[in-house]
Amino acid sequence: MTLTLSSACSLHPQVALRPEPFGALAYHYGNRRLVFLKHPDVVRVVRELGDHPSIGHTLRACGIATERDASFLQALNQLTKSEILRVC
Amino acid sequence: MSASQLVTQLKRGLDAPICLTWELTYACNLQCVHCLSSSGQRDDRELSTQQAFAVLDELRDLQVFYINIGGGEPMIRRDFFDIIEYSIANDIGVKFSTNGAFIDEKNAQRLAAMDYLDIQISLDGIDALTNDPVRGEGSYNIARRAMDNLKAANYGPFKISVVVTRHNVDQLDEFKALADSYGAQLRITRLRPSGRGVDSWNDLHPTNEQQVQIYNWLLAHGENVLTGDSFFHLNALGEALPGLNMCGAGRVVCLIDPIGDVYACPFVLHDQFKAGNVHDTGGFTSVWRDSELFTSLREPESAGACASCGNYDSCQGGCMAAKFFTGLPLDGPDPECVLGHGADLLEARQASPVSITPKPSKDHSKPARSALSVVS
Repeated sequence: MTLTLSSACSLHPQVALRPEPFGALAYHYGNRRLVFLKHPDVVRVVRELGDHPSIGHTLRACGIATERDASFLQALNQLTKSEILRVC
Repeated sequence: MSASQLVTQLKRGLDAPICLTWELTYACNLQCVHCLSSSGQRDDRELSTQQAFAVLDELRDLQVFYINIGGGEPMIRRDFFDIIEYSIANDIGVKFSTNGAFIDEKNAQRLAAMDYLDIQISLDGIDALTNDPVRGEGSYNIARRAMDNLKAANYGPFKISVVVTRHNVDQLDEFKALADSYGAQLRITRLRPSGRGVDSWNDLHPTNEQQVQIYNWLLAHGENVLTGDSFFHLNALGEALPGLNMCGAGRVVCLIDPIGDVYACPFVLHDQFKAGNVHDTGGFTSVWRDSELFTSLREPESAGACASCGNYDSCQGGCMAAKFFTGLPLDGPDPECVLGHGADLLEARQASPVSITPKPSKDHSKPARSALSVVS
């Protein structure tokens, strides 16, 4: 499925995030996937997804400008495919 | 950030390694002719169980997600299970490489019951005739028995790890079929002239024609075959193979040897590439973050003699270890440069009256068995 601003998702419980100068590394202990989160804003959003009712709420809470919504949705969709995120 | 920007970032190094290999012991029941660590006999200075736990505590604090355990034969250590269980309990996943000698029915069941554990069984030929001259007599049957035991214990998808040589390069399809028959995953890696490979590389490494064969095979099957990103020198042939196209030594990769020495990668066990020891002040963390060697490896490298070649961006000049142990300059072509630049240099070196290639700094090979001779 494709995420929209009203979708709710959160970090998969088997995923660990490690901060790095470029953003963070995400590692999924279940499927052994290592994913690069290449921007600190993406890391912030990903960390907070579980604390808000929807992606849209999370983006606003993280102070992300609305013109960046599309690129964030694209990134979050990719992270769902690799199971770094799970849809709630 | 684009993929190439990410690679630029990775080259400057990470706060902790992504891919850390830890060789637990130099002891081994086998004596493979291409052993990267010249293993055979245990070293008296090898880390104790408590020292190993202390290293794992540090890796946990660094958030190293998983470690690659090797040797020697890691399962020879009596505390092998203690170490891997401690690691997994601390959220450090374990991948370990083994020749399979100690995966009997009981150990297979024990391994099958563990989470976050990956097993790689080494096999360098599709039959004993191809495998045993490289890995030792009986080693083919040992590996197959271990695979059978893992399958019987319902371990799940283990990995079959093959070092590609000129003798097994024609068997890639058969290796894939063997892996499929076990529900296993095939992993193929590049032969390095490291360790005892210094002496066997000339006879074992794939010919230039065979390198093209490997490249084409990987293009066709790459998605389902693991390579440890070890074939990036082949990228000069065209389309890039999957994976990070860069040398990770000291940047995203490093090696801890059985006595705690930290090297830039698993293929350069030589003093020139030793960054420190886990017993040093500040431990592994300081070695990783502040050692002189790793700092210098994270500086922008020069393309050197490769600068005039249009393919440097594709192949990155190849593998540092392969150049070093064949005596080639580090800022020049890989000995297996697919355009033949390395072969030309090697030929010139071999023709020169003085050519000294570096030897590995440690050798734990078992003493050669000599035929019994009667002294009269």
